[in-house]
Amino acid sequence: MKLIKALACSLSFAACAAGAQVKVGATIPLTGPVAMLGLGQQKAMQMYADKVGGLGIEYVVLDDASDTTAAVTNVKKLTAEHNVDVIVGSSSTPQCLAMLDAIAQAEVPTICLGSASAIVSPMDDKRKWVFKIPPNDEVWIEGMARHMKANGVHRLGFIGFNDAFGEAWLQGMNKLAAKYGIEMVAAERYGRTDSSVVAQVLKVLMKKPDAVLIAASGTPAALPTMTLRERGFKGKIYLNASIATKEFMDTAGKAADGALLSIGVGLVGEQVPDSNPLKQLNLDFKARYEEKFGKGSFNIFAMQGYDAFRILERALPIAAKAAKPGTREFRLALRDAIESVRDLHGNTGIYNFSPSDHSGLDTRAVVMAEIRDKQLNYVPE
Amino acid sequence: MDASIAAILLQDGLTNGAIYMLLALALVLVFSVTRVLFLPQGEFVVFGALGFALLLKGQLPGTVWLLLTFGAMTAVFDVAAAAPRRRAAVLLRTAALNLALPSAIAAAAWLASRHPVPPSLAALIAVALVVPLGPMIYRIGFMPMAHASILTLMIIGVTVHFILVGMSLFFFGPEGMRAEPLVGAGFVFGGLIISGQSLLVYAVAAAVAAGLYLLFERSVYGKALRATAVNRTGARLAGIRTHVAGKLAFGLAAAIGAVCGVLMVSLTTVYYDSGLAIGMRGFIGAVIGALVSFPGAAAGALAVGAVESFVSFFYSSMKDAALFLLIIPILLYLSMSRPGAVAGEEE
Amino acid sequence: MIQRRTAFCTGLAALALCIAIVPAFYVNLIAYIGLYSLVAVGLVLLTGVAGVTSFGQAAFVGIGAYATAALTALLGWSPWMGLLASLAFSGVSALVLGLITFRLSGHYLALGTMSWGLGLYYMMGNFEALGGHTGIAGVPRLPWQWLYAHAGRAYCALIWVVAVAFIVAVERMLASRKGRAIRALKTGQQMAESFGVNTYWLKVQIFTLTGLAAGLSGWLYAHYIGFVNPTPFGIYFSIEYLFMAVLGGAGYVWGAVVGATAITLLRHLLQDLLPKVLGSAGNFDIVVLGAILMFVLHRARNGIAPWLARRIHAPRLAVPSRLSRLMPRRPPGASGRPLLELEHVTRRFGGLVAVNDLSFSMQEGEILGLIGPNGAGKSTTFNLITNVLATSAGSVRYRGRRIDSIGMRAVARMGIARTFQHVQIVPGMTVLENVALGAYLHGGKGLAAAALRLDRAEEAGLLAAAAAQIRRVGLEEKMHEPAGSLALGQQRLVEVARALVPAPSLLLLDEPAAGLRHLEKQQLASLLKNLRAEGVSILLVEHDMDFVMNLVDNLVVMSFGQKLACGTPREIRSNPAVIEAYLGGEAA
Repeated sequence: MKLIKALACSLSFAACAAGAQVKVGATIPLTGPVAMLGLGQQKAMQMYADKVGGLGIEYVVLDDASDTTAAVTNVKKLTAEHNVDVIVGSSSTPQCLAMLDAIAQAEVPTICLGSASAIVSPMDDKRKWVFKIPPNDEVWIEGMARHMKANGVHRLGFIGFNDAFGEAWLQGMNKLAAKYGIEMVAAERYGRTDSSVVAQVLKVLMKKPDAVLIAASGTPAALPTMTLRERGFKGKIYLNASIATKEFMDTAGKAADGALLSIGVGLVGEQVPDSNPLKQLNLDFKARYEEKFGKGSFNIFAMQGYDAFRILERALPIAAKAAKPGTREFRLALRDAIESVRDLHGNTGIYNFSPSDHSGLDTRAVVMAEIRDKQLNYVPE
Repeated sequence: MDASIAAILLQDGLTNGAIYMLLALALVLVFSVTRVLFLPQGEFVVFGALGFALLLKGQLPGTVWLLLTFGAMTAVFDVAAAAPRRRAAVLLRTAALNLALPSAIAAAAWLASRHPVPPSLAALIAVALVVPLGPMIYRIGFMPMAHASILTLMIIGVTVHFILVGMSLFFFGPEGMRAEPLVGAGFVFGGLIISGQSLLVYAVAAAVAAGLYLLFERSVYGKALRATAVNRTGARLAGIRTHVAGKLAFGLAAAIGAVCGVLMVSLTTVYYDSGLAIGMRGFIGAVIGALVSFPGAAAGALAVGAVESFVSFFYSSMKDAALFLLIIPILLYLSMSRPGAVAGEEE
Repeated sequence: MIQRRTAFCTGLAALALCIAIVPAFYVNLIAYIGLYSLVAVGLVLLTGVAGVTSFGQAAFVGIGAYATAALTALLGWSPWMGLLASLAFSGVSALVLGLITFRLSGHYLALGTMSWGLGLYYMMGNFEALGGHTGIAGVPRLPWQWLYAHAGRAYCALIWVVAVAFIVAVERMLASRKGRAIRALKTGQQMAESFGVNTYWLKVQIFTLTGLAAGLSGWLYAHYIGFVNPTPFGIYFSIEYLFMAVLGGAGYVWGAVVGATAITLLRHLLQDLLPKVLGSAGNFDIVVLGAILMFVLHRARNGIAPWLARRIHAPRLAVPSRLSRLMPRRPPGASGRPLLELEHVTRRFGGLVAVNDLSFSMQEGEILGLIGPNGAGKSTTFNLITNVLATSAGSVRYRGRRIDSIGMRAVARMGIARTFQHVQIVPGMTVLENVALGAYLHGGKGLAAAALRLDRAEEAGLLAAAAAQIRRVGLEEKMHEPAGSLALGQQRLVEVARALVPAPSLLLLDEPAAGLRHLEKQQLASLLKNLRAEGVSILLVEHDMDFVMNLVDNLVVMSFGQKLACGTPREIRSNPAVIEAYLGGEAA
């Protein structure tokens, strides 16, 4: 009896596996204020394979236009209409937070590309379905804080976006400042499309900081960088990894020289010591990316986005053994499979998920770099 | 906060204010002639700015395709409207203005992207790419509704805004761009760093303000243009070609916008959706000018720039909220100082 | 033609069916449409009916949503307290903003709403306590779990119950005494004021009402989604609500539902369709939406609803057949005193003196004619008496009291009614409704009473009084026609009827006979004589000499703003100065 059952099961699984289709849904901002992140993710998805093991993968991509309500609607669409097995998205924190309820209701594992730790902690019934790719903001900030302390920075000024991203960084920096002997002497905010930050820069400079942290993502970070240098600021400028694009370098020009930032290994792959466990992996990926999209087009958001596929690559076959794609059991199994991922080397870092930790990255994910002549140079510890 | 800081803030505010002024003037211009509250004025600025930046990089700006497409659409509209009578003159004129001219400009742009040209020439081409868009947008979007109420025209303006922003993202992508200043030099005065580019902006803004003022207040032609907004039928009966007036107003507005964009892109980074933010500030300036006065709008825009600068200094996160809430007392004052405010002249 | 009731019931049934059986995702969509409709109806009321534009409605939704989110998620209170808070905050802010903004006029009003819409949005994102830009997560559900079962179908039904109830309430309000006043706001504010309507306060009232509805929508939204952040409450959403109202048909209350449905479905369709057709780069769904909206506005200026409305038969207002209650007549004043006295009244417009040192008086119970060549200042004089314009100098007394600066509404309350030189009727209302507007001051039931149908008795009385006057001027067979469809002369009679409804003691008629045929003029003349017999005093501006000479007791002749002569018709006819003014020289 058992044999027949086993035969029947394995036959049916074989039959299913042969034609088994996993549906991967994605809701990303292809338009709107954070379109840069979404478009980078889209490029990454173009590098995702159509097959993992014996499983075929079908992708459904929806644009949420950087809007939280649309992101939630997309989750409902993907789960109710398209019956996806896993969701990738969205690219920024407010959308990810908004999606939590819908994700939990639909019981679909989701790999988020937003950066705030609030997305996956504190762990609860909703968040148990959600996993995060980018390192927690605290990881980035801690890397920079260590560098600040080592370089004698005691007074820190802050200029950040007047939105969730800027808020998260301000709070994160405030938390870590005391630990590293840093005093936050000024905190100013500005809008992404503002044409001038002279007032904010003046206010910060009045407090005579040793360094200024600019919490802005992408090219808009060039404005305070340039304004600070124009106004004669000679101290250190700290940026964040999202500025590592050609457009930012072109826009900021000379003003960015000497600016420091904590970034993923992938962006300075050639320069990190060979002992770095992520070096080879990142160089390979970069080569593949530039082959597809052109030399010099490397994009940090694409780099992060590809890690979602690496996770799926590892987790999907495990889940497929337990259940059929398209069913609730499969989604549960997939969730468990992702949670069980250990020591997965990705572009962004080394992932170690666990029931309580769905971010999985530690400080090995980040290194310090300095900008010089539009290039990123690795700064050893 | 001491005098030197205040001076820097004021200077920064005035430089931004000069940009807003160009927008405010264009908005008053369009409203005075066509009664359209033209929200998408900021998009003309973006098209000019990013077109210029792309040409300098040696790339063909996507506005070329926009220009050719809109030109073709306008030609189709014109031919359809003239169909019953099939006057050759109309067909020839629309073909020349909407097909031939855009093609010529497009060709020039294509050449400029292939062979490096001096920045002033690139600026000229960038502006030329945008100017014909004005009359075309008027023809396609507003002319069929010229008799509608101010509210309806405003809503059409909003739909045009959505369309143009969507096109903007498609052509220019989400990344911002910046260009080298047209005027290099600059000098230091006390603690102030006054760049040559900002001086150029002041000069252009002042010139446009003066020019529009003289045109509308002192010339018969300007008064004729104004008449079309006050009483369309009456103006037509007096022999004023109201449609031409409308196209002219939009063309001028597009030109002012494009020039503003070319100047602005050297001062700051311009994104595909920067249009709305600066457009709204220009709007506030225009409202201070009661939507009919050029000097008022100019002063208003400068005030907006200055206020923005100082508020950013004191409480930067509330800058946007403060700016928009401050407009209410201004509107109150304006509304009360105009007699007969009870009379509902809402159409 | 479908009967209105049939259409309504069928629509409701179809909606209920949809909610029950459509796939889960579409339930979500229907819920959103309901939430949007609640806000869009308010906008239809403001924009289409009252002629007021608001670019800031989304901010009120936000206030409602944030109020309940803060109380329930952050402070742990019950969602019912959250409901009270939502309504209180959105209502009070609408009230305050309305009080400020409605001092503005015309397009300044629209710009004012745009600025506080933007200001509120930026403020919402700035308060750390409210979660800043990230917003507030974990808004608890309503304590009835069954609402959320089966993909939230019951909740969707709840949203629609609220929306439909509100729309029905608004319809009832618009059909009431105050509703007629609201409908007059768009085209005839001055006229409404002259019948005692406090237009400013009325606008603030409906604005507060729409604010409450938007706040309610916000409360429902917060407990449906479980998360609030500033994005859905910004300027783009305010504009989308406006699109819904305009597309649906500003002016038709159910148009809001049509518009909300159309735009939501369109966006959903475009989002799915366009990437397949065009590839995904670019914001194309909004581009296409904009293009479609522009196209619709070009072709159908008034939106979609009128097209639908033509196919639905609206029932007539019931008019009580008996004359139940005429307006009480005011007692005549002490005789001997002139009823109306103008002393040295002057009005300047910049350098032009339109009325120059005009003095005359009028006795109780007489018909006084005010004649003169065009541009003599006759209508301006009317406007000065009724306070439409302020005097530059001089005084106007009515029964001994000065009335030249008490305001139009106070003038109406004193028992003075008027008609206008340029006909000021509401073309979209029936003749009966237009005339009933005259009875505004004689009713007391407000919007709430109208919504709850507590004003039926009063309405019957007002309509009966209006009907009586319509019969009196001979327009009975046109009673239920839209007033805009009448000939100009008949529209003037409508104005006369409207002026008669409040049983005035002094009637000011501005060219009532213009456009009437001979027989109609005779009827009007006999009507006026009857009125005089009843004790009504009439001040009349006219050009038709035959009509005037056989009717009036006395005449005042004006020329270039000044009184040229006064006296009986016989005296005036032979006055050489009058002849010269009219004929420009000696008659042959």
